[in-house]
Amino acid sequence: MANTSIMIVGVGGQGTLLASRIIGNMAMTKGYDVKMSEVHGMAQRGGSVVTYVKYGDKVYSPIIPKGEADIILAFEQLEAYRWLPYLKKNGKLIMNTQKIDPMPVIIGQQNYPENIIEKIKNLNVDVIPIDALKFALQAGSVKTVNVVLIGLLAKYTDICKEDWMKAIEQTVPSKFLDVNKTAFALGYGL
Amino acid sequence: MRKLMLGNEAIARGAYEAGVTVVSSYPGTPSTEITEAIAKYSEIYSEWAPNEKVAVEVAIGASIGGARAMSAMKHVGLNVAADPLFTCSYTGVNGGLVFVVADDPGMHSSQNEQDSRHYAKAAKILMLEPSDSQEAKDFTIKAYELSEKFDTPVIIRLSTRISHSQSLVEISDRQNVPLKEYQKDFQKYVMMPAMGRKRHVIVEERMKALQRYAENCELNKIEWGDRKIGIITSGIAYQYAKEALGDVSYLKLGMVYPLPEKLITEFVSQVDKAYIIEELDPVLEEHCKKLGCNVIGKDLLPITGELSTEIIKEKILGIKAENVLKPIENIPIRPPVMCPGCPHRGVYYVLKKLKIVVSGDIGCYTLGALPPLESMDTCVCMGASVSGALGMEKARGKEFGKKLVAVIGDSTFMHSGVTGLIDIVYNKGNSTVIILDNSITGMTGHQDNPTTGFTIKGEPTKQVDLVKLSQAIGVERVQIVDPFDLEKFEKVVKEEVEAEEPSVIISQRPCALLKHVKFDGPLTINQEKCTGCKMCMRLGCPAISNKEGKIEIDMTLCNGCGLCLKVCKFSAIEKAGDLNG
Ligand SMILES: Cc1ncc(C[n+]2csc(CCOP(=O)(O)OP(=O)(O)O)c2C)c(N)n1
Repeated sequence: MANTSIMIVGVGGQGTLLASRIIGNMAMTKGYDVKMSEVHGMAQRGGSVVTYVKYGDKVYSPIIPKGEADIILAFEQLEAYRWLPYLKKNGKLIMNTQKIDPMPVIIGQQNYPENIIEKIKNLNVDVIPIDALKFALQAGSVKTVNVVLIGLLAKYTDICKEDWMKAIEQTVPSKFLDVNKTAFALGYGL
Repeated sequence: MRKLMLGNEAIARGAYEAGVTVVSSYPGTPSTEITEAIAKYSEIYSEWAPNEKVAVEVAIGASIGGARAMSAMKHVGLNVAADPLFTCSYTGVNGGLVFVVADDPGMHSSQNEQDSRHYAKAAKILMLEPSDSQEAKDFTIKAYELSEKFDTPVIIRLSTRISHSQSLVEISDRQNVPLKEYQKDFQKYVMMPAMGRKRHVIVEERMKALQRYAENCELNKIEWGDRKIGIITSGIAYQYAKEALGDVSYLKLGMVYPLPEKLITEFVSQVDKAYIIEELDPVLEEHCKKLGCNVIGKDLLPITGELSTEIIKEKILGIKAENVLKPIENIPIRPPVMCPGCPHRGVYYVLKKLKIVVSGDIGCYTLGALPPLESMDTCVCMGASVSGALGMEKARGKEFGKKLVAVIGDSTFMHSGVTGLIDIVYNKGNSTVIILDNSITGMTGHQDNPTTGFTIKGEPTKQVDLVKLSQAIGVERVQIVDPFDLEKFEKVVKEEVEAEEPSVIISQRPCALLKHVKFDGPLTINQEKCTGCKMCMRLGCPAISNKEGKIEIDMTLCNGCGLCLKVCKFSAIEKAGDLNG
């Protein structure tokens, strides 16, 4: 099997790490070779963060080169736009519609680009926007935005729902398991 | 059983399986999770030391005492520990002794991009470099075997992409390694000139033995493929090369010091064209060239930053990524920021207002150098804020000293700020030192330190009293202030910089991300009262933004710390309803 490459991009503190670990655990249980590269340290303080997950028969580099991500899971609009060059032709961009202003925008040095979703669509990208925050609140916690997004992502993989659920059980601390399962189901049901 | 593990967790697992019993480290990205993971094994004594020099010395002591010992640090940590490092190369070991050092090509979280391999050569110490998590574990176990066999400390070199990438690791049981007997041996362990001279001869003999070992050890491997291209590489660069070039020939070096000679010359002679693929400095390349091998390295590949599959494809095969999708406009950068509720924000708000020169240091508070707070003038290395302030004052005189403060975090002060403060007092400086005591080592992800009152295992312990410590050094003007009490903080800073003697201001308020820190929940802006004066925006809080002239607070980011309430002159900021309903 050709390797599957998934990138998760967002703002430090949004819970991108947990999302990548769920995918990683899913791939491991399915018997694939897996590598993922995470961000720890400075960028976790509200900077632009990216994690890479690759799985398949044999994975060498943990990093995904430009133009080679099958799926980008974006937690924030500007970050989706920033990392777009990494998406494969015919790749999928799953995108939380939340916007978080970066400091240069907050202090008025730069503008937050307008109509990002449309602009991305105009580049002929298969983009799937979702207001994940709304569903996270519905599930019962703002913190489950990441798992709502994983739910939506799961629909576009050839891995069955049960395997994803197992990976969530393996990754999420047990006291938060219930809300996260609800969040996953909401994302998956979209 | 196979598990997904970070390179750092795999090093910890390796230490566990190798029967290590003592680990002392100081945190530093990208090395921190090694010691955090080790702390979870109850069979291993582990600790956060105040700095890397202390940590390495604890490990050396443990090794001489007969235990298998480890110390892990980031690349610049090895600079701090360089003194014991060079001399323990002479003493050798009793129990196996391993230092793990994590480089940061691309400077994801560091102040420089130094290449630690130079230390192996300079200190004449064996160095291994794994290329994934499995090797990180295997090489750690091997390192202990080699350390004891060759009577040498061993350095394991990692880089960010090894430390912070997860891959599959086959785990095994812990070996039972009994404590070695301790025998007094001053010829080996007391490094005075007479003994040192003899030990140096032994070190040189050891180098020769290691050199022979490098020629046919299983750590250095040839993978034959198409012989038109031969690649000599190590670490993460090997993975990039494999992905970019596929089935060519590889000499993958797991032992990067000392380097083999015959193995390299033979490999190079059997391929049409040989390339050296290594991140940062041309260490392998210079070695190959010294051997007279015709190899291509840094003439083609960059010396700065990280390598990647793309760079290798482009430079060696001439293949560029095509038709890459591109945004049609400039994307604003997103630098890291101080979190909502960060206690450091109050400090910089005041320092900026007072237009004070700030001799800075390293930690979350370094983010105060960026707009809009922009109130840090220097940042060199840990501790340099305090000593640097004295230097500035001595260079520019007393009056300049009245517009100058040093700022330093609690962990950084323990690491190497105390000695600078002693210098200020001893040499009659007048500097004002602000210790940013947020009750934790923040930047590296919440490690305890001597000022927090807890050990790495979360056990209560004695807590360094910063007031008494400063007083004991001879500072008479010492006080504790809450940085969110902006008025008082401003008043205190003004008074202390004026004072013609050293002062210490302890800015005390816990990190907003600590579990026990609770605020009242998100705030919102009452648009009827808001005049759009933008005072609140000067705080550089990521939760406050300007949406086409309307100032708004993002309820998903705001925690209700209330600092903005204090700068709003129109009482336009109020408590919001609960987001979770
Ligand atoms: C010699 C060295 N060791 C380790 C580091 C990594 N490091 C940077 S700042 C820091 C400590 C930060 O803690 P503190 O001083 O308490 O400030 P805070 O981040 O909590 O504001 C560490 C460990 C480094 N840069 N240099």
